[in-house]
Amino acid sequence: MTVENDSSTQFQSYAHPERLVSTQWLQDHLGSPGLVVVESDEDVLLYETGHIAGAVKIDWHVDLNDPTERDYINGSQFAALLGSRGITRDTTIVVYGDKSNWWAAYALWVFTLFGHSDVRLLDGGRAKWEAEGRAYTTARPVLSAVDYPVIERDDASIRAYKDDVLAHFGNPLIDVRSPEEYSGERTTAPAYPEEGSLRAGHIPTAQSVPWGKAAAENGTFRSLDELNTLYRDEAGLADGDEVIAYCRIGERSAHTWFVLTHLLGFDSVRNYDGSWTEWGSAVRVPIVKGSEPGVMPNR
Amino acid sequence: MNQLPALLEQFRADFLELEVNDRLMLLLEFANELPELPAEFLEHPDLLERVEECQAPVFIFVEITDGIVRLHATAPREAPTTRGFASILVQGLAGLSVQAVLEVPDDFPQTIGLGAAISPLRLRGMTALLARAKRQIRVKVSA
Repeated sequence: MTVENDSSTQFQSYAHPERLVSTQWLQDHLGSPGLVVVESDEDVLLYETGHIAGAVKIDWHVDLNDPTERDYINGSQFAALLGSRGITRDTTIVVYGDKSNWWAAYALWVFTLFGHSDVRLLDGGRAKWEAEGRAYTTARPVLSAVDYPVIERDDASIRAYKDDVLAHFGNPLIDVRSPEEYSGERTTAPAYPEEGSLRAGHIPTAQSVPWGKAAAENGTFRSLDELNTLYRDEAGLADGDEVIAYCRIGERSAHTWFVLTHLLGFDSVRNYDGSWTEWGSAVRVPIVKGSEPGVMPNR
Repeated sequence: MNQLPALLEQFRADFLELEVNDRLMLLLEFANELPELPAEFLEHPDLLERVEECQAPVFIFVEITDGIVRLHATAPREAPTTRGFASILVQGLAGLSVQAVLEVPDDFPQTIGLGAAISPLRLRGMTALLARAKRQIRVKVSA
């Protein structure tokens, strides 16, 4: 029941062009059987102000995180969530959102933890849809719940825990936070709330590539050539590398995980979602301050 | 325990009597009601203080005339949650005395039933808005 791919030439140079759809493709396919459009934003009320017709809302705080433990929801919670949004295991999901798809990419990454196979991003997200004058509605879609199977999360392949990072030294780390957070001038993104880290700086040897560099001004992803310059030429990644990306709570690095995995084709990329709020408060983990990556710790 | 001003008490009751999902819609109503900044501030953005703790760019200014407080705030359309927070405070504090505003409990944002609807983390923005408004008042009163 998979919906056809967007075969636009603009995506064909990426490693996995089937992971992106254009605004025009989405407009043309709205209402297709087997397609569910999901909006996932930073601002929890943005969907209510107007959204793409038929789109359902999934919120990263309220829906994807466990309300008690610092962890994602489990298999039965995920099954209940997706089933309630009219999504089956075979559904083609297209996710879009605000801020260059920052939170949309995060939702896509969480869906991937549960092995949902066909989940794509709307290139450019809300900003591009709006800039092109395409319509929104405030009408909530009428949904009937469907069955989504209970699939246990598989954290091993695309999620890293703190101990995985400690064992990873010698392999590439990408710090996707702002330069100020990387150097240790501050622990939160400029203009973002304090989320509680006791120390500032970065994980030794991590290369700084702020996540937003992968997005153009209109919110779409940069071209393959531009991304290669950024991650291969400047950050030194090479084919076959095992990479861990991190930020502050793992959302900005989910965007970079998408770029490295689906656009550049690295097949061993993990997102360390504990990120700086864990590392910067953990006892006796190595930290480097300043704008240089620093040396590998002796362990 | 200080008395909550009547309007804030009313807003709290309005939120709490709703189902969690409907509380979001009420917050959106507040967002849509946030008044435009008076023209004098549009010409003098330097008067406004940025609330750094909020994810969206929100700016506030507290005016005190004859001991009566007026809070002004602005936040972009694409940040409706933050606009909602600001609107609750702009409306709820309007016309109160300096003393009454300073006595609003700092944890008021945690008591209006939005934690489950939008997450406690997001509520920190509203806590910061209230704290910064009070700080501006203290600075102005002592000047």
